[in-house]
Amino acid sequence: MGLQGLTYLFVGASFAIYIGIAIWSRARSTNDFYIAGKGVSPVANGMATAADWMSAASFISMAGLIAFLGKDGSVYLMGWTGGYVLLALLLAPYLRKFGKYTVPDFIGTRYYSKTARLVAIVCLIFISFTYVAGQMRGVGIVFSRFLEVDINIGVIIGMLIVFFYAVLGGMKGITYTQVAQYCVLIFAYLVPAIFISLLITNNPIPQLGFGDKISGSSVYLLDKLDQLSIELGFNAYTENTKSNIDIFFITAALMFGTAGLPHVIVRFFTVPKVSDARKSAGYALVFIALLYTTAPAVAAFAKINFIESVQETEYQSVPSWFKNWENIGLIAWKDKNGDGLINYSNGNALEEVKPKYISERGQHGERLVANRPDRSNENEIYIDNDIMVLANPEIAQLPNWVIALVAAGALAAALSTAAGLLLVISASISHDLMKNMLMPNISDKQELFFARCAAAVAIFIAGLFGIYPPGFVAQVVAFAFGLAAATIFPVLFLGIFYKRLNKEGAIAGMLCGLIATSSYISYFKFINPSLNNNDFWFLGISPEGFGFLGMIINFVVALSVSSFYSRPPEDIYQLVDEIRKP
Amino acid sequence: MKFSYWQSNLIILISLLVVWFIVSFGFGIIWSDKLDDFKIGGFKLGFWFSQQGSIYFFVLIIFIYVYLLNKLDKKFFSSSSEIDNREKE
Repeated sequence: MGLQGLTYLFVGASFAIYIGIAIWSRARSTNDFYIAGKGVSPVANGMATAADWMSAASFISMAGLIAFLGKDGSVYLMGWTGGYVLLALLLAPYLRKFGKYTVPDFIGTRYYSKTARLVAIVCLIFISFTYVAGQMRGVGIVFSRFLEVDINIGVIIGMLIVFFYAVLGGMKGITYTQVAQYCVLIFAYLVPAIFISLLITNNPIPQLGFGDKISGSSVYLLDKLDQLSIELGFNAYTENTKSNIDIFFITAALMFGTAGLPHVIVRFFTVPKVSDARKSAGYALVFIALLYTTAPAVAAFAKINFIESVQETEYQSVPSWFKNWENIGLIAWKDKNGDGLINYSNGNALEEVKPKYISERGQHGERLVANRPDRSNENEIYIDNDIMVLANPEIAQLPNWVIALVAAGALAAALSTAAGLLLVISASISHDLMKNMLMPNISDKQELFFARCAAAVAIFIAGLFGIYPPGFVAQVVAFAFGLAAATIFPVLFLGIFYKRLNKEGAIAGMLCGLIATSSYISYFKFINPSLNNNDFWFLGISPEGFGFLGMIINFVVALSVSSFYSRPPEDIYQLVDEIRKP
Repeated sequence: MKFSYWQSNLIILISLLVVWFIVSFGFGIIWSDKLDDFKIGGFKLGFWFSQQGSIYFFVLIIFIYVYLLNKLDKKFFSSSSEIDNREKE
């Protein structure tokens, strides 16, 4: 069976499983729909959280990003795992004890204020939609490369699948589907990583393999990579290029952002007991760490494989994966020096970075681009970081079934995260906005109906993002984490650990965090992108890391404003005391 | 000196968060370049902490917290079945 047949088989089989699970576990009440009836075991919830958390970005893009950034890429590894420590220690058990359905629920009740609830809803919807857009793009890429269908049809198929199990099953359906999706995605990530680790270093464990010697030689892989990187004009792979303060702030923003992401937090509402919420966060991190410790190994392997298979190679004799990805539009080659060889080095190959293909082919058969070459360097290759993981099995010449498996895994990662986000959006609309603010008299049945409608609408909008991808998707990821860190995390944390915080403090804190962070990021990303470099950043903090400063602003404002207004009412003190008991 | 449940919890929290900070922000970022002078296998130590070690420690920290808090719960709320029942309402 060919690659395409195998891919259809793997993807089709995994989709059949997801739909089967959805029918088996459909939701019958709002309790089922929002928090799976609080009946999910900690291990299952850990797996579901891991699948929920690990998005198309983790599965497809992260290793490529690390391969490109080298040690600087550590910010993602530490940032996207360290947040779970904060969740397990500072938030999850207490929010589970609180025992309601959504994050705005907690904020609205703890700060006895509809305004606070509304601010939380706005932040939550913005964060979640930003995130969903990225997932749908991932679905589109996988469909167009491996199933050779139109990107738009791919997105529509993805929408239908998510629609089916999210609208029907709610949190209950999503949870058990995510457990299956975790198994598919981790298997699909580890199998090629193990194969490649064996090929390059003879060590079956990728985590150890990338610190091992290259097989058949006495040179360590990372030393070789450092040496190759320097030869090609890059920085040494194992050294930082960003300033320490920027790395510190980006890591912190990602960690606190992770702990403040609503779709992650609500997962801990689904377990039966408070102690289960703690345990479940531990399991979640184990399942996440399995992928996150493999990713830097995959990155190192991919980088060395890529350099060795294209550098100084004639275009005609380049392996077929190179041409496949060129046809999709994620690789471009411009023969700057006219020697017919591919030269890979530091710098942008093309002016305006992204290739604009024209229909003609060059003398070697390569796709021509309209961009002028960037003459400031000798690099001739444009490569989209996203293809590193997807192309890695092809680059390493692994069997077709492994490649098909990776396609199914990437789809599992994208769909599971999309579903989790859509649920959070629909719950905040039907529960927080409709039930708690606009129409308090609706019955449980009506609320469930609204929740399903909201989920359907959210899926439709997410699909539109996939079909007409806004050019700013990559830029707004910084937004999602920055805002989660600067708005949601501080009020949740203070709500539990500082009883004296009143609604005035909380609202002022959230608003200041929101405004400071969004204006800093918008300024450098949209209004004045040409100034987006170290010389103009405040204290040398890039927009990606500003969320941490936004969080500090939120804390300072919340605490000082709070001290000017009266204490919260007595029942809030009792509420917090109650939350603090297991 | 006797600590209440909440005070004991805070002591555990703070000690574990100090470890959390040292293995990630400390070893992985601030002192990372200095640790790079040491090597384990093919890894420079600072690089290892920033791409591997910190994550292993994170997992460890959470499970230590789970263990300590379960013990604390038992000590202060004697039989854990009592907690179970209250939760099931």
